[in-house]
Amino acid sequence: MSFAPWSKDAALVVLATLRDEEGPVLLALQALQREFGYVDKEAVGLVADYFNKSRADVHGVLTFYHDLLTSAPGDNQISVCVAEACQAVGSRDLEKQVKAKFGDEVHDGYCYGNCALGPSAMVNGCIIGRASLDKIAKARR
Amino acid sequence: MKIYVPGDSAAISVGADLVAEAIAAKVSGATIIRNGSRGALWLEPMVEVETEKGRIAYGPVSVDDIDSLIAADFIHGGVHELSLGETEKIEWLASQDRVTFKRVGIIDPLSIADYEAHGGLVGLRRAISMSSSEIIDEVTESGVRGRGGAGFPAGIKWKTVAGAISEQKYICCNADEGDSGTFADRMLIEGDPYTLIEGMTIAAVAVGATRGYVYLRSEYPYAIATLQKAIDAAHAFGLLGSSVLGSKFAFELKIRAGAGSYVCGEETAMLESLEGKRGVVRAKPPLPAIEGLFGKPTVINNVLTLSTIPAVMADGAAAYKARGVGRSLGTQVFQLAGNIKRGGIVEKPFGISIEEIVNGYGAGTLSGSPIRAVQIGGPLGAYFGTDKFATSLDYESMIAAGGMLGHGGIVVFDSSVDLAQQARFAMAFCAIESCGKCTPCRIGSTRGVETIDLIIQGVKVEENKKLLLDLCEVMTDGSLCAMGGLTPMPVKSAMINFPEDFTGEVNRR
Repeated sequence: MSFAPWSKDAALVVLATLRDEEGPVLLALQALQREFGYVDKEAVGLVADYFNKSRADVHGVLTFYHDLLTSAPGDNQISVCVAEACQAVGSRDLEKQVKAKFGDEVHDGYCYGNCALGPSAMVNGCIIGRASLDKIAKARR
Repeated sequence: MKIYVPGDSAAISVGADLVAEAIAAKVSGATIIRNGSRGALWLEPMVEVETEKGRIAYGPVSVDDIDSLIAADFIHGGVHELSLGETEKIEWLASQDRVTFKRVGIIDPLSIADYEAHGGLVGLRRAISMSSSEIIDEVTESGVRGRGGAGFPAGIKWKTVAGAISEQKYICCNADEGDSGTFADRMLIEGDPYTLIEGMTIAAVAVGATRGYVYLRSEYPYAIATLQKAIDAAHAFGLLGSSVLGSKFAFELKIRAGAGSYVCGEETAMLESLEGKRGVVRAKPPLPAIEGLFGKPTVINNVLTLSTIPAVMADGAAAYKARGVGRSLGTQVFQLAGNIKRGGIVEKPFGISIEEIVNGYGAGTLSGSPIRAVQIGGPLGAYFGTDKFATSLDYESMIAAGGMLGHGGIVVFDSSVDLAQQARFAMAFCAIESCGKCTPCRIGSTRGVETIDLIIQGVKVEENKKLLLDLCEVMTDGSLCAMGGLTPMPVKSAMINFPEDFTGEVNRR
């Protein structure tokens, strides 16, 4: 995934596309993250002013949702599902192995809806079923 | 020549994209259709070819099998070690009763022509010709209940919204399928998205709503992509927009992606999130049917509820309610998951037993070890041992057995499972995902983890078990929504049904 470098002007272009949306704050933060890879701290005031909300409102949304990142992500984003159906086929051990090998790239996932072919993992937006350390390593960039 | 290679994300997770690419490269003149999955997930990627005898299936196919399949003349249905025969005759599929899932895996998900050729839009056309109260009566009469887990009769909810007076009403589809072990919403959206769009449009016509949202979790990127394409095509076709199928009704539909919050599957938290806010649960009343999205009357139904409506409207209430038992009418789309040999979608009338689903369709565990536990109804559902396998899978019987049917997900665990760890996970998950509004859920979940840890360590086990049950009671009775209110269900059921796992590690094995 390649992202544009953060810029206020580019951010305003993104926000302009959402002008007519109902309840746009979360949508705006998600759109900024798609563009820049994360939500820059400068964006909080920008979104608040643009949609006539308080900074506290925007900060509250930004910090509530697990998906929203406040710093730039690395080249690889790996998550191993650690919910029940994948636990039943060994995801707790798999997650430990993957974390030991790829460290900060790895986050806990909670269900990708692939519960009959677990353990499941998501690597850079691609889903992996019957996941193993080897399969995950091959899917990295 | 038509070759079907599922584009369902479960099939993709085990290599369907690579198989499709390899077939496209090596078989000239092939038209590859990326259908949904038939639901026999252990056979994925399951490739089908259209022949004079009907569709012939092969699976599970990997890229390395393509050369030998070509050598076996698979495009004409030739015999190969992966041959499954005629798809319609595969017993696992043929013995099911597909209503909601009748087109999934069969049609090209994005072809409206294919959708119509398989009975699509019949229900909506009929609804447009009826009055609001006639549609709602038909839905009420069918007995369709909310498939999200609560099981509230859909027709009654719709009637409340239809009766509310407002210049704007909304239809919201809850597609925040966060429960582990459930994937029917995802598979329906990826395999037959127009059914959901049609169901939502019928709801809009019935209650007088002109706008709709599908709240679809971000963990389902493939479903989001498919549904967006389907919505765009439905607009171009005139199914959505200012005049639905040329009628006086208008309906605009949009997707809103979730952002990784489990509690947003709770309907009022979902409304907050749709409004762009933190996903914090609202107190009820007011009911969303009266004051829902942006304070307006709102129908909130699950994907499967809305996707069942076209069949009800096309075939009539009587045909639907002829299936099922007691007050659980029609079919349930069961999802068989976890440590299971033959996992996937099993749609059957309510009333089938746990045994028939898990050992019949599922054929036991993947690992080959004996089954020790099943969790039914998602992370907030109960853990049962095999002694409960005769229980009928319907709303009332599951409650009587001390559990709940929920969204119809069944997760199977083999003999290696430690139920104290599973109970701990239930509390830990609640601590991570609690919206924080009410104290029993926010603080109780953390105290629950600590107390279970003490039990596992063997510290004052009996005292701590008593404390844990007390805490569970507080959370059940005192929480604002089902997140805190039902987290005790897996915990207590694990303690009651598997007491041997709660004796402290030092005393065990």
